[in-house]
Amino acid sequence: MNQISIPRDDEGAKLGMWIFIFTEILLFGGLFLVYAVMRQRNPDDFHHASQQLNTFIGALNTVVLLASSMSIAMSISAVQKKDKRMATILISITLLCAVIFLVNKYFEWGHKISISLYPGTDLMKELSHGYVLFFSLYFFMTGLHMLHLVVGAVILIVALVKVRMGLINEGSYMLLENGALYWHLVDLIWIFLFPLLYLVT
Amino acid sequence: MVDSEVKHITGYPVYGKVLIVLLVLTILTIVIPSLNLTAATVLIALLLASTKAGIVMTYFMHLKMENLLLRILVIMVLGIYASVILLTFADYVFR
Repeated sequence: MNQISIPRDDEGAKLGMWIFIFTEILLFGGLFLVYAVMRQRNPDDFHHASQQLNTFIGALNTVVLLASSMSIAMSISAVQKKDKRMATILISITLLCAVIFLVNKYFEWGHKISISLYPGTDLMKELSHGYVLFFSLYFFMTGLHMLHLVVGAVILIVALVKVRMGLINEGSYMLLENGALYWHLVDLIWIFLFPLLYLVT
Repeated sequence: MVDSEVKHITGYPVYGKVLIVLLVLTILTIVIPSLNLTAATVLIALLLASTKAGIVMTYFMHLKMENLLLRILVIMVLGIYASVILLTFADYVFR
């Protein structure tokens, strides 16, 4: 083997992913700050507007995301244990959870849109300022979160294919590990979104 | 660093237990606002959410096993965010 191999820097790759995650935390952090200030200035409107949200769907999606976070964390252990079959099953469970989350969101948003509870409708123009603010923030924050979830799912689909092909194995699984870190970020954001938007009325 | 060194593999039961703790905290998150504790509700909700986030970062995101540099970076970023919140609210309260 005279070929010069390019050294792999897993620690560097992981640090890079974490630095990216920090920027994401500050991005959503900014939105949470806007929410906190607006809520403090329009407490009654935010109280009534948040009662329009479906707590059951929100809670269901919380459980779905927590379970998916567990299964993707387990899938790394499975890869480390050279258990390809188990890793495939666990990543698939995570992807299934992503689909369930999106289906729930479809029904949730669909209902809001069907009763004109979204920014820009005639109904919204008649409601007070706080209502408009709440629903603008609701759609923007859950929408941005959903976008992150879709991106995370795409990364995990690539990881799944690579696990099947043997390109992700016990010696090299950085893509899966970074994909999992991203997936946990999606979970982290929802952990704060759920109580603040749905529950604290 | 070569990655083929022997690494600690977290067992499935550990993750299972972590999920159970997270689900219990989620149930608390849902139940407590319905008790009408008014002023304390937001504070409790944020504390519960922060606890859950801490558990996810420690166990699922493996911060427990990470090197010191990464842990310091996480604390620094959270510190920066906390000071931004503090400054913003100070601005609104004393304006």
